[in-house]
Amino acid sequence: MAMTTTSGAERLRPTISLTTAGPFLALAVLVAIGFLMNPDFLSASNVLNVVTRSSFTAIIAVGATFVISTGGLDLSVGSMAAFVTGIMILFMNMLAGDLGTGAIVAGMGAVLIAGALCGLLNGTIVTLGKIEPFIVTLGTMGIFRALITYMADGGTIPIDRSLRDAYRPVYFGDVAGIPIPILVSLAVAIIASIVLYKTKFGRRCAAVGANEDVARYSGISVRTIRTTAFVIQGLCVGIAAICYVPRLGAATPTTGMLWELQVITAVVIGGTPLRGGSGRIWGTVCGAIILETIGNLMVLSDVVSEYLVAAVQGVIIIIAMLIQRLSK
Amino acid sequence: MTALLKTQGLSMAFGPVQVLCDIDLDVRPGEVHAIIGENGAGKSTLMRLLSGHIRPTAGTLEFDGRPATFAGPADAEAAGIVLVHQEILLAEALSVAENLFLGREITRQGLVDDGAMNRIAAAKLKEIGCHASPKALVKQLSLADRQLVQIARALLVPHRLVIFDEPTAVLTGDEVTTLFGIIRQLQQQGIAIAYISHRLSEVEELADRITVLRDGQMIGTYEASSLTQADMARLMVGRDLSTLYPPRIETAAAGVPILEVEHATVPGFVADVSFSLQPGEILGFAGMIGAGRTELFEGLLGLRPGRAEALRLNGKALRLHHPSEAIAAGIAYLTEDRKGKGLLLRQRLAPNLTLTALSWLVPGWFLDGKREKAALKTAIEAFDIRVRNPDALAGQLSGGNQQKLLLAKVLMSDPALVIIDEPTRGIDIGNKSQIYGFIQQLVRQGKGCIVISSEMQELIGLCSRILVMRGGRISGELCGEAMTEANVAMLATGVAAEAIDEPATQRPRQTAQRHGMQGRAMQAG
Repeated sequence: MAMTTTSGAERLRPTISLTTAGPFLALAVLVAIGFLMNPDFLSASNVLNVVTRSSFTAIIAVGATFVISTGGLDLSVGSMAAFVTGIMILFMNMLAGDLGTGAIVAGMGAVLIAGALCGLLNGTIVTLGKIEPFIVTLGTMGIFRALITYMADGGTIPIDRSLRDAYRPVYFGDVAGIPIPILVSLAVAIIASIVLYKTKFGRRCAAVGANEDVARYSGISVRTIRTTAFVIQGLCVGIAAICYVPRLGAATPTTGMLWELQVITAVVIGGTPLRGGSGRIWGTVCGAIILETIGNLMVLSDVVSEYLVAAVQGVIIIIAMLIQRLSK
Repeated sequence: MTALLKTQGLSMAFGPVQVLCDIDLDVRPGEVHAIIGENGAGKSTLMRLLSGHIRPTAGTLEFDGRPATFAGPADAEAAGIVLVHQEILLAEALSVAENLFLGREITRQGLVDDGAMNRIAAAKLKEIGCHASPKALVKQLSLADRQLVQIARALLVPHRLVIFDEPTAVLTGDEVTTLFGIIRQLQQQGIAIAYISHRLSEVEELADRITVLRDGQMIGTYEASSLTQADMARLMVGRDLSTLYPPRIETAAAGVPILEVEHATVPGFVADVSFSLQPGEILGFAGMIGAGRTELFEGLLGLRPGRAEALRLNGKALRLHHPSEAIAAGIAYLTEDRKGKGLLLRQRLAPNLTLTALSWLVPGWFLDGKREKAALKTAIEAFDIRVRNPDALAGQLSGGNQQKLLLAKVLMSDPALVIIDEPTRGIDIGNKSQIYGFIQQLVRQGKGCIVISSEMQELIGLCSRILVMRGGRISGELCGEAMTEANVAMLATGVAAEAIDEPATQRPRQTAQRHGMQGRAMQAG
């Protein structure tokens, strides 16, 4: 029956929809409000500070964009970040005596491998076990958190004193005035958008997320695609950990606490539908910056108590969802 | 006799698409009024209008001599119009009685009165000849019993007009007889009955008057006694049926079969099926819903668990565990579920078209937008996909154009064998005819082609040979003159084998033996 109309095809759709432009408009509004409240808000040092702080969320959220666009969800990223950070520090400390600062490079390799393996674990349980990603990663979230607590014996795993100064520039350094974490997250976002938009793999991610059956009937290995998305998520967690270590100087049982919520929020307010089928890398990055900007604004102004940051972020995510729904 | 229900100029449009135009229908008390038409002719839309599910965009409706507008199905039900849906709409986890009274539970002091509901349900079920217990869970019932429960649910409210929307789709011979009994009983009580079907033999048996719809237009209302089945078919299709199908290809001399399947089994659906496909022939698979046709091929191609002792494509033995292996080996499968498993409705045409064939279309990791655009342009021309804006979403195309896009998609990987499940479900006659042409073109190109269809006419018009399945087995094989609707229906339902039409005798003896009926049919029946 000709229930679907052909007229929609004939109407020229606006090239930029509210969903696509939404996060950027929202950020612009926030920036304008911030400037009006306190001109210092737009000072170079504050802007760089906000964007640097948002880098970790952004890097992990770029990975989450892959998972969510394939129809998955990863709640374990915060615990995973703590766990792989712990592994990295232990590994570096172990090698510090023999390799000196070379241990840092080895540690970076180790954390990437550890992240990828954690992602592989999540992905494999989801696809082979045919269990909802929500449940699987709820489980691994607890496991990773318990492991870091156990490794740290309830305390902290500090980075070896001999490595501290050599490692410091990864967070605190800059190239041409731009902090390294910003450059790293930019590079991650550029590579991710190429992978998601320009490769066959990216196309298949969207297909799997849009309709698993269609993908399967089209000869796509749904398992491989979904598992790979989780591995990418793990790699992103590893990259974020690399940048994060110098700032903290240690891994603790509370490292990365509640990051999963920040990450999912960033992805969703960036315009990626939670049900999957498409991903917006730059929207996600923008979402991460929005979250950090809200926190920063509330610290700079005295209008609302900064204890309410999470409440404001909660309101923002609900508004973002409503806008997406209404703009359909 | 005055009409119970009368419509004048009833029309329905979805956006700019007119699906029903100027329907003047009258249904009288105590008559069975059949409404027939091809898929997409507007039968179901008309029924949804009459039962208040949707509101007409133009025209009036009169019930019992008074103008009526229904705000919703509950409104129409209150007036005495009930609809027995084509699909089974029951809550599987609830009991039969709970389903019968869903939304209209009998209560006593604010609590549901299960005792009363079970009593009334039992009486109603007995009345319509359904042997299911009111306490049984719906998920434990057979499809036929579920259909009867659905009918019981409809008849539970006071009714003056009962609309049956293709009620026999899931029923077998005996159950159809039971249903006809119920309908005649209603008729004797002076209830008006609107009966929608495209099974002409049923219509001939039941109907007092027949209204024919074609492409949303009303062709006319006729006394049933004045029409033969052939007349009905001609009125429905609007042209001679013979021009709908391309001329048959003579089967080429037997060479290596394109496909050989030995002892295929799909747990729960198919038991021990063997067949082969010769070059140059179009092989049809007929059977009722649930006969295991779709499951057989999904099992063979790795889309669901299943195995065959041997599977050979052009003489080469294959073992397929995943659909990607089937595609790589050169077997394409076009699903019956176009919207659920065939196309990504929210994505544009080009990504849909190339999804299966990405690996062949461009080497390496990266996409090639230019080549995809070129592929889309070629497909739009080759398959006559009507779309003004090539950037449209797949979901915005009409059913027929979606089907052509899907066909283009599965053919992108240049398969040696194409299995087409329900090639023309829910599409209009013009597109149907084109798709039949495409299928035959494939065979001319030397590709193998298997067609699964629930439309017997389609298989008879298109195929060189038809295998009929019933209960997960092949219940018989038909070819040549033996390919008649009656034969297919009998093999599909397993009713009396002796009534099967004799194969034509003018064929050479050898062919007549090889063709025609095969013994398995009788054992299965």
